[in-house]
Amino acid sequence: MMTSAIGAFLAASVRTASPLAYAALGELVTERSGVINIGLEGVIITGAFGAVAFAGAGGVAAGFAGAAASGVIIAVVFAFFVVTLRADQIITGTAISMLGLGLTGTLYAMAYGKGGAALHTPTMSPVAIPILSDIPLIGPAFFVQPPVTYALYLLVPVVAWWIYRSNAGLALRAVGENPEAASGAGISPSRVRWKAILFGGMMGGISGGVLVLAQVGTFAEGMSDGRGYIAVAIVVLGRWRPFGVAWGALLFGAASALKFLAQAMGWALPYQLSLAFPYVLALIALATLRGRAVSPEALGQRVAHVR
Amino acid sequence: MGSIDLAHVFAAFWNGAFGSSFAFFSITLVRATPLLFLGLAVSLSFRAGLLNIGADGQFLMGAAAATSVALAGSSSPRMMVLLGMLLAGIVAGCAWAGIAAELRRRFGVLEVISTLMLNFVALYIVAWLVRGPLQEPSRTYPQTESFAPPARWPLLFPGQRLHLGFPLALALAGLLWWILTSTAIGFRVRSVGANLRAAASAGRIDVERTFFGVFLASGALAGLAGAAEVGGLTWALYEGISPGYGYTAIAVALLARLDMRRVVVTAVFFGALQAGAAAMQRDADVPSVVVTVLIALVVLGVLAGTRVRELATARSRSVHAETL
Repeated sequence: MMTSAIGAFLAASVRTASPLAYAALGELVTERSGVINIGLEGVIITGAFGAVAFAGAGGVAAGFAGAAASGVIIAVVFAFFVVTLRADQIITGTAISMLGLGLTGTLYAMAYGKGGAALHTPTMSPVAIPILSDIPLIGPAFFVQPPVTYALYLLVPVVAWWIYRSNAGLALRAVGENPEAASGAGISPSRVRWKAILFGGMMGGISGGVLVLAQVGTFAEGMSDGRGYIAVAIVVLGRWRPFGVAWGALLFGAASALKFLAQAMGWALPYQLSLAFPYVLALIALATLRGRAVSPEALGQRVAHVR
Repeated sequence: MGSIDLAHVFAAFWNGAFGSSFAFFSITLVRATPLLFLGLAVSLSFRAGLLNIGADGQFLMGAAAATSVALAGSSSPRMMVLLGMLLAGIVAGCAWAGIAAELRRRFGVLEVISTLMLNFVALYIVAWLVRGPLQEPSRTYPQTESFAPPARWPLLFPGQRLHLGFPLALALAGLLWWILTSTAIGFRVRSVGANLRAAASAGRIDVERTFFGVFLASGALAGLAGAAEVGGLTWALYEGISPGYGYTAIAVALLARLDMRRVVVTAVFFGALQAGAAAMQRDADVPSVVVTVLIALVVLGVLAGTRVRELATARSRSVHAETL
């Protein structure tokens, strides 16, 4: 009983963590360029909507493509305001969140009926990886998951390599630390930031896609449910490093999955309060980890020159 | 997708917001009341350069605290209950903002992230309260019982729903405008917002202390909004008592260019927008969530407008410099 409850808890942690990890990994790249995208919440819900719209016609693969594309489209709006117009990042981000939530809610209600009649999309089922899935506890938790989660296991080291070892990654970090100096070295901060934001948009969109296509199987107004904000906190928690972010996502997955464990173990924790737990954890973690000291130097600042 | 008759939609919108004295005084202005309080709260913090995105959570905690007082003091004298509710709202909003203020001062946690997180925590606390300690006696619905008459705030006109909260918010708008323009405290707030480094190096202004005070005052205003909403309008606490008022308030504040007098106008504007949208959903089948899109577009429009103006001034300045 005890082990099966813990096994289910671990599996639920990984499941909850994977959309968070996608979004946070994208946000990590965006923030490394010196831009904080609070609008990630809106990007995720837009991705979720894109997933539903495309999966209905073309299946799971089309759904993911639609999710990624939708995320990129709304990120274009964000990038235009923040990079091209050099508007305030936080206020623009808040507006983008509202735009995403409002637009998807409106379109969904108009296209699929007022109550948002239950619409089911095809979903990606878990695939057990031979041998690895036989490891007790860890195996079923980490290696009986949908393929998008496995893609994440590869993506984390790839993004880490890209940030620390490639020229583009070097340019990204240079722009995030000191855009003026980077510009002096022949790098265009605006172009780098545009790309970093669009990558973040793609990953945020995919995050929404994972939510729909690997988990819920349908769309609901506001289904992103604060995941975008949690992902922003995860980036701080992971100290702007890909592996740190992966661990952070897992920690939040576990915090969210705690409600399942509490139920299974019969703990008397009110359900609504268990939903608040990840957010409380985020606050405690942010206070204790002193993230500010390692953040990209130019994070949140507008680049001084327009080009 | 059904076909939409635009004239019909607009008529529904107009009637819902301005079509009758009831529409204006009992829907538009009633909707504008929390937006006015919260718009002031957001404007105040933004004026100091403090990005308090947590007005929604502070509103909810204020509403919850005022509800507790209203339910506990149902047989006390009216004046005492009303003052108790006001005070409870202010203290709760202050305390909730205080958490974020403390996290910023002690640990350097960005207030944007902490206030967003606290919004969700407040949301779930209210969800728990109305299913737990504060649930109505029959334990069927996720809400509190309706307040006893002493806890219901006075209405302004017979037959209309507009309540004491509105003139209170108007008075606060005037007071804040006066404080900001004519007092030393207001000068400090404006200097900190205008230029952090200059204010700090001038040495006379303690930047972090000013931030702290502004944060608490902003939370107090938001908490008061929550108290006014349950005391003046709903007479009960339930989940979803705020349809994102705290976020709409950002649009209210920005459209007013953070000017306390203009906040009155923009709050009424957004109140009308929401009243009209509700009527649109009822009469013309247009989902009311479309308002969220409008609000977002207003914010983006203001941002774009501001930037274009800034760039234009910068350009004319550089042209001027070249001719010299």
